[in-house]
Amino acid sequence: MNDAATTVEPDVLIRLSGITKTYGNGPAAFQALRGIDLSVREGEFVAIMGPSGSGKSTAMNILGCLDTPTSGEYVFDGVHVEHLSRDQRALLRRNYLGFVFQGFNLLARTTAQENVELPLLYRGENTEARHRIGMEALRSVGLAEWAHHTSSELSGGQQQRVAIARAIVTNPKVLLADEPTGNLDSKRGHEIMELLVSMNRDHGITILMVTHEHDIAAYAKRIVHFVDGQIAHDNENGGAP
Amino acid sequence: MMGWTTLLLALREIRRNLMRSFLTVLGIVIGVAAVVTMVTLGNGATQSVSDQISSLGSNLLMLRPGQRMGPGSSSGAPNFKAEDAEAIKTQVGSLKAVAPTVSRTSVVVVGTKNWATSITGSNSDYFTSGNWTLEDGRYFSATEERAGKAVCVIGATVRKELFESHSPVGDTLRIKQFSCEVIGVLAAKGQSAMGRDQDDTVVMPLRTVQRRLTGKQDVTTILISMQDGASTEQVTNQLTVLMRERRKLSDNEEDNFSIRDTKEIAQTLSGAIGTMTALLGAVAAVSLLVGGIGIMNIMLVSVTERTREIGIRLAIGAMEKEVLMQFLTEAVVLSAFGGLVGLLLAAIACYGLASMLSLPFLFSPSINLLAFGFSAAIGVIFGYVPARRAAQLDPIEALRHE
Ligand SMILES: Nc1ncnc2c1ncn2[C@@H]1O[C@H](COP(=O)(O)OP(=O)(O)OP(=O)(O)O)[C@@H](O)[C@H]1O
Ligand SMILES: [Mg+2]
Repeated sequence: MNDAATTVEPDVLIRLSGITKTYGNGPAAFQALRGIDLSVREGEFVAIMGPSGSGKSTAMNILGCLDTPTSGEYVFDGVHVEHLSRDQRALLRRNYLGFVFQGFNLLARTTAQENVELPLLYRGENTEARHRIGMEALRSVGLAEWAHHTSSELSGGQQQRVAIARAIVTNPKVLLADEPTGNLDSKRGHEIMELLVSMNRDHGITILMVTHEHDIAAYAKRIVHFVDGQIAHDNENGGAP
Repeated sequence: MMGWTTLLLALREIRRNLMRSFLTVLGIVIGVAAVVTMVTLGNGATQSVSDQISSLGSNLLMLRPGQRMGPGSSSGAPNFKAEDAEAIKTQVGSLKAVAPTVSRTSVVVVGTKNWATSITGSNSDYFTSGNWTLEDGRYFSATEERAGKAVCVIGATVRKELFESHSPVGDTLRIKQFSCEVIGVLAAKGQSAMGRDQDDTVVMPLRTVQRRLTGKQDVTTILISMQDGASTEQVTNQLTVLMRERRKLSDNEEDNFSIRDTKEIAQTLSGAIGTMTALLGAVAAVSLLVGGIGIMNIMLVSVTERTREIGIRLAIGAMEKEVLMQFLTEAVVLSAFGGLVGLLLAAIACYGLASMLSLPFLFSPSINLLAFGFSAAIGVIFGYVPARRAAQLDPIEALRHE
């Protein structure tokens, strides 16, 4: 699978080639990514593992168009992301990407429902559609009864589920999750994973997920290992435990 | 994204952060209300002084013994006599009225009511020189003046304090041990430029007051009203020469009397009030500025939270301009609301204070606009500029903001 990036495959959704990222400049410069090549096909479920500081989050942020690489090519669904303007990248995020952060990043003092509806608002959906689609997403993460609670009234697991609902509410092509279970106990962690697996299986959403835990990574069909800003190995996984 | 959605987002954020919104609005409200109230009242005060200048009547000179300004004679300069006024009337040209006056404060009694007021003795020229008009009855006649009859003309305040609604003309009032017939009531003139109630007065023939109240032949002030178009300088010069002669001053002695142009006094006073208004306006402007700094502070304190919020919005696909429009709308709504409340508050305060201080309420569109514009500008700038900085970050940097 390692040479997938070099051959043109019709169903490749994401292709990174030679991606580098350098933080700072001069003598203090630090190269967090040193030439990443990675191809992900539509419908895959990929786990990214690796030691702390190996550049996993950096890569995820670039994949999610939240950050720009220092050099290299990023082709998303045939589009060269590195040539896009800020606004075009915003539209790419709005229409095709969903991002789940380790720290949830929900709006403070805002209800679960409003948080989930926010991406729909930017897509210009009307009130009725926002309520309908938003509630549907909340139901799919099992939080329909919690719609009117604000973030501070929800547990960590519930907040993460709200964040997932917000990420999938626009029915994105790709869901990017940076340590989605990092702040949760293992029982809640496995609930979240079941949710992601069903998203992947039932809705065909491509998922890339960073994790430190092997039993969480085991849900994915493919595991990519990062070491020192490079991909060390990239294996098919046996499947869910 | 449509304007409507932006407005919705902005209103939601305002409601969600009620305390922050309230403090922002408060800063603007206080600033605007203070500036507008101060300046409006100041304008009213200036206006009321200039009204009084015209009510003084043009060309009124005041001749007093002594050199110093202020009430009473100083350094033992001798008072005038009624004959001085006679001499002025006959020897100085271009005069309309010459009124020798002497005043005393005394308690006036009618039935069971009493009232302390200023009793002035003069002749009928007094009413001409002071621009008085009658509301009821008549002024005293030359015969009454000469005879020193116990008759009086009362001011509106005295009438209000001592008499019921019926006409007091023909009634008598008692001053010390003598009683006096009311023959006229003066039309109200209101406060003087110095803030004294001009209607709190009783006027009698000069001789009556000299005989029954002061017991002396002295006259403390001579009011001289010039004809229209007369030269103040010429009249003053003639008066000076005449008075020096009558008071037997040799060439090397200084004048032991002074001639003041009341118009000049009033103009000086209105200048002083103008300065006060400017000063109050400046103080109020500082309060507007302090309000602005308060707003700035609140905005800066919330900038971390807001930067994260902006990061979240950008991350889920908001474009920079959409985020900026939301923040701009928020700032405009808050500032405009605060500004309007401030203007409303100022209008109420001005209305109340103006009637309390009996000043005219002069609505000035320019100061309202200025205060509103300034406060709105502060709100918008400090609400918008930090947001713009945040919205220009990469989403991940905004999210990382500590
Ligand atoms: N904004 C930044 N400025 C400077 N250096 C950074 C920045 N963000 C990350 N780094 C550095 O880049 C390297 C990779 O960081 P990254 O967050 O991608 O690691 P990670 O693999 O996600 O680690 P972890 O498992 O701890 O989350 C780290 O050494 C980190 O210190
Ligand atoms: Mg990380």
